[in-house]
Amino acid sequence: MRRFTFPGGIHPEEHKSLTEGKPIREIKPPDEVIIPLSQHTGSPAKPIVEKGGRVKVGTKIGELTGFISANIHSSVSGEIKKVDLHSHPAGGNVLSVFITNDGKDECEDTSEKDIDSLSAKDIIGIVKEAGIVGLGGAAFPTYVKLSPPRGKSYQALILNGSECEPYLTCDCRLMVERPEDLLLGGRLIARAIGVKRCIIAIEENKPDAIGKMDKLAGKYDFELAVLRTKYPEGAEKQLIWAIAGSEVPTGGLPVDVGMCVHNVGTALAVYEAARFGKPLIERVVTVTGAVKSPSNFKVRIGTSFKKLVDEAGGYLGEPGKLIAGGPMMGISQYTDEVPVVKGTTGIFIQKKEESVPPHQTACIKCSRCVDVCPMRLLPTSILAFIERGDFSTAKELGVLDCMECGSCEYVCPARRPLIHNFKLAKVRLR
Amino acid sequence: MFRVSPYPHIRDEVTTRRIMFIVIASLMPAFAGSIFFFGIKVLVLTAISVASSLICEVLCQIIRKKPITVSDGSAVVTGILLAFNLPPNVPYFVPAVGAFFAIVVGKQVFGGLGYNIFNPALVGRAFLMASWPSFMTGRWAVPRIGTMSGIIPGLSSLDVVSSATPLTAAKVYSGVPGLISLLNDKSTLLSLFVGTRGGCLGETSCLLLLAGGIILLIFKIIDYRIPLSYFVTVFSLTGILWFLGVTPLTPIFHILSGGLFLGAFFMATDYTTSPITKEGRWIFAIGCGVITVVIRLWGGYPEGVSYSILLMNAGTPLINRFTRPRIFGH
Ligand code: SF4
Ligand code: SF4
Repeated sequence: MRRFTFPGGIHPEEHKSLTEGKPIREIKPPDEVIIPLSQHTGSPAKPIVEKGGRVKVGTKIGELTGFISANIHSSVSGEIKKVDLHSHPAGGNVLSVFITNDGKDECEDTSEKDIDSLSAKDIIGIVKEAGIVGLGGAAFPTYVKLSPPRGKSYQALILNGSECEPYLTCDCRLMVERPEDLLLGGRLIARAIGVKRCIIAIEENKPDAIGKMDKLAGKYDFELAVLRTKYPEGAEKQLIWAIAGSEVPTGGLPVDVGMCVHNVGTALAVYEAARFGKPLIERVVTVTGAVKSPSNFKVRIGTSFKKLVDEAGGYLGEPGKLIAGGPMMGISQYTDEVPVVKGTTGIFIQKKEESVPPHQTACIKCSRCVDVCPMRLLPTSILAFIERGDFSTAKELGVLDCMECGSCEYVCPARRPLIHNFKLAKVRLR
Repeated sequence: MFRVSPYPHIRDEVTTRRIMFIVIASLMPAFAGSIFFFGIKVLVLTAISVASSLICEVLCQIIRKKPITVSDGSAVVTGILLAFNLPPNVPYFVPAVGAFFAIVVGKQVFGGLGYNIFNPALVGRAFLMASWPSFMTGRWAVPRIGTMSGIIPGLSSLDVVSSATPLTAAKVYSGVPGLISLLNDKSTLLSLFVGTRGGCLGETSCLLLLAGGIILLIFKIIDYRIPLSYFVTVFSLTGILWFLGVTPLTPIFHILSGGLFLGAFFMATDYTTSPITKEGRWIFAIGCGVITVVIRLWGGYPEGVSYSILLMNAGTPLINRFTRPRIFGH
């Protein structure tokens, strides 16, 4: 079978075996959830509930504001304890709704609906109302992607099941356990964006998921594309290049080459929203690394990381770093009191001895960073100009095209702080 | 309680120190061979060169009030390579002075590791060539096995067998009847390959340098593009010129003689002073090959490897500029 891939990239040790065989386990909703009003790219939602108010599972508690934003819903039934600032896994303090769970799990209407008669407009409306965002980590509001700018149109949909981050297996488990629902969700997205051609892309290190999709893809009129295992294969631009061979122009969007990419988990959320009217109130999270029993959990949004770590048997040894996401692009946390948000793909714990700061040396110009950069940048040169304070040359060398994948820093033998400086330069250049 | 840091949270296991360690290890076969061929003096010269490099590096960093970074191993590599570029019979002060030039002028004045334009070991060598040409071109030694020129003694009664290195013999004594055919003889080529000939102390054994080069390639320390295109350029260029009758020496002689193996595997591949782009490396090494051949055939020196690399080092920033890849999506 043909293996799709892209030039550059890296292949860190996968460590997926820790959890890839672990079926998704639903954990009991906690006594309190803390739901941030900003869990997506774009402007935060505005709270529409007040202290003392009662909510059910699925009650809207935050209303989207502006064009790029997303609704927020309650993930438990109970009483609003307060609306206040709380630390967020993406950093900083964010206005959040604290809800005391009454344990009754009273739900908003979840009756089964007919999805065959839904029009493109209906589907986009449902997705928008349900607060669905990209579940691969970027958390970009999905309805925005479903409505291409005027004059542009999609030719194909790619469901992204590459899951190239090491350690994480939540997408893999969804493909193994819910393949048909997920493909149905994909078809709904395809209808919404008006395309026939649908592709599901999976890295070859997930034979179980590939096996399932190989059997079922045809039934839902999907093509299966097997990708060579490589990071960052799941990055939109790289994935499109691997499959369609077209380069999304700089500053452009996938729609410029007619492609629409959605994470497999997002497709499932779309299906559940259309079929049962279920807003995005839970997701699958891989809890892995230095915990006693690494697992995949189905978790209500707003559950604290601490609770998930406890469910996974607690820390194994002394924890050094607690990371929201995977080891390549995850964000390290000060505290385990942060809540799971829509974009939380995983929780990765590193032992203390594994998380010592790396020993840095001067850049030796080995060009390993150049060889792996999927955007074909010269990270070492860009870094040199940034360190000299010459941001305009850094711009000329394409720092704004850096997608912050971290491949360069992963391979750097001198352990130069590349990403940090590229982000800094981007801020300075904006 | 938790350590907070930017991503990535995992790193490839290759570090600067490990790279330097592998480079040092890959030089060991040739080093051992050299001690065997030229005696214990090789060990002393190399030790002086390495120690002086380390001391110069530390002193420079103390004076510049910079962190001391000798533990990265780069000065050791420079020290060994400098020694490898010296004739085996130089006085003991020569490597010490060479190391001073290499580290201070070749590396630290530019800002230290990663900032230098020229290969430090070759800078050291160039200074020694300018300051003590007689030491650098006259202190050869006959290897324990074989002869100075690599010509098997039984085949010849020519004086050059005991007085000149193969390239010098070819350049200076090319008028001596029968010499060229002896140099092109299979038995001579074999001694060039194995290292039973005269030359700088680390450059003589192609076989052992090749072994080191293979180590570097296996561990992905160097890019195959540089040695490959360097060899191919020298081979094809001298091949054409030999065919046209411009040089009487076969391309195989040109490949095996002088310091080509040392240069192609260990010096043209120096990270800091060679291009960072893949296309650039092709151009760089082709340039090295052309200049090497030009110097050997028409220049004032019998050997051109080290000057060719220094010249191409100077062109590296320009090559990097002109081979900048097209950014994805542009
Ligand atoms: S990988 Fe690191 S040491 Fe090598 S060139 Fe890039 S920044 Fe420099
Ligand atoms: S420069 Fe940017 S895009 Fe290139 S490897 Fe580094 S982080 Fe990724």
